[in-house]
Amino acid sequence: MSGTLTILRAGPGVTVQDGGRPGWLEYGVSRGGAADRLALAEGAALLGQGAEMAAVEMAGMGGEFQADSDLRIALTGAPMRASIDGAAVAWNASHLLPAGARLAIGAARSGSYGYLHAGGGFQTPEHLGARAAHLAAGIGAPLAEGDVLETGPDSGRGTGLGLAPDDRFEGGTVRVVASLQTALFPETELTRFEQTTFRRGARGNRMGVPIESNGEGFRTEGARSVVSEVIVPGDIQVTGDGTPYVLLSECQTTGGYPRIGTVVPCDLPRLAQAAAGTALQFRFIPLEEAVELERAEAERRAGLRSQCYPLIRDPRSMSNLLSYQLISGAIAGEEDVL
Amino acid sequence: MAEERVENPTPEIRTVGVDGMLVSFGSRLSEPANRAALAFRAALAKESWDGVEEVSTSLVSAYVRFDLRHLDHTSLRARLKKLLAQRDWYAAELPGQRRLWRIPAVFGTDLAPQLPQAAEAAGMTEAEAVASLSSARVRVQTIGFAPGQPYLGELPVAWDIPRQTQLTSRIPEGALAVAIRQLVLFSVATPTGWMHAGQTAVRLFRPDAEEPFLLRPGDEVQFTSVTPEELQGLKRDPLGGARAEDLS
Repeated sequence: MSGTLTILRAGPGVTVQDGGRPGWLEYGVSRGGAADRLALAEGAALLGQGAEMAAVEMAGMGGEFQADSDLRIALTGAPMRASIDGAAVAWNASHLLPAGARLAIGAARSGSYGYLHAGGGFQTPEHLGARAAHLAAGIGAPLAEGDVLETGPDSGRGTGLGLAPDDRFEGGTVRVVASLQTALFPETELTRFEQTTFRRGARGNRMGVPIESNGEGFRTEGARSVVSEVIVPGDIQVTGDGTPYVLLSECQTTGGYPRIGTVVPCDLPRLAQAAAGTALQFRFIPLEEAVELERAEAERRAGLRSQCYPLIRDPRSMSNLLSYQLISGAIAGEEDVL
Repeated sequence: MAEERVENPTPEIRTVGVDGMLVSFGSRLSEPANRAALAFRAALAKESWDGVEEVSTSLVSAYVRFDLRHLDHTSLRARLKKLLAQRDWYAAELPGQRRLWRIPAVFGTDLAPQLPQAAEAAGMTEAEAVASLSSARVRVQTIGFAPGQPYLGELPVAWDIPRQTQLTSRIPEGALAVAIRQLVLFSVATPTGWMHAGQTAVRLFRPDAEEPFLLRPGDEVQFTSVTPEELQGLKRDPLGGARAEDLS
């Protein structure tokens, strides 16, 4: 059974995303895909389906959606206010969106990127083997009022599952490894980089985010003569004025600005999710440690499905609470219980 | 120093982030280093080792991204070393199936307003600059930065001019820009430090086309000078008047 989801209203940064399109680096196209890949895995676990399916990514602000037939959905990533026909529903959980009901998703309460998943995934056209919009490359476009997304056949069943959110929406310490050009920075600058508390800058998008501090810019030795080299998501480029800029999934594929280090992939969601102004710190770790972290993270992601638990409804979110017989079985205390 | 420059540098293997490795054939752009990078990438693609997810080239390097669950740094490094030792990569030939592209371009005018500045930096009159740029046969040294976007070189030594210190806030799609003995033909509108000397109507990346990318590393390109009116007429053609012939 396939169906459709109609966009009744959408914030400015709502796009379809999946794991992106690896394999086109050779042609100048970075992989792209969801800014927070962990959120994709969480949505897939909640719906009991493959993580390759496309979801709707919402940058800071959601929208209103309506399905033409009953649709299983899951909500992950940056927690946002969500309701179905006015009744609040839990985030990081799966739900049934009945045919014709209105799903309203508001602004992020913390973090940046929220995700709406559908049973069977969204089946927008593929370009170069993926459905993800890659705005920097001119592939796809933000979703807007009136757009209709096809959903794929849903072989899974059941809703009402929750998943404990992984805490990655409030900044904090991000682990980095030394990379190609780290050695161009004097030791004192690397130490200062680790000791600085940065704020995520207000500019920034799926290509990358600036990180700002009150201190001076970071200086290199002989960086002007660096030949342009391959760039990967997580690379921390230091621009001409010394401001570090962390590259995200939609980054360019080559660049000449020196890079002070690379964010370990499992910590990249923490960076992508940091809202403007959020405090961030960086800590260098050895490559071997980063490899172990990545292997452990891959295993954890693969096991997410077993971490899902049945959702217990929060009485505060039940508008018809008084219609329930909540005191069945209770006694007044005067009865003869024998 | 002067004697050393005759020798090709020793290739260097470095890590890129957590799951990437880079084999660099030089710390600066040179023809042998570029050929070596292209040839080594092709060899890597042919080897297609288990766990290797993606290979690509930049100007003087080949890049490998791999799956940490199926391959580790030590064994990948050992394999790369072994492959490096197999031959003199600096003496490699260019990739096969190369083509020569002739692409119409307007040099100067308000379509490419920095021609006078670029000509002056190269020590030429504008007419000499147009003659030099349109007679040069440049090669796609790598595709990068944006989809299908080529770095083209190498231009005559007079074009060893620096990038601007100030960025141009927006260079349009199809712009031909010059610096450091190279041309970049832009596939998207973007800010740049390169000087806008020519304008074409070519679309280098067409996501919906059967062959989405026009150029491949190794292809050669010559820009033929046309008038703004002629370029206007070429805009209906998705290739912008670009024509290819096989080189072999």
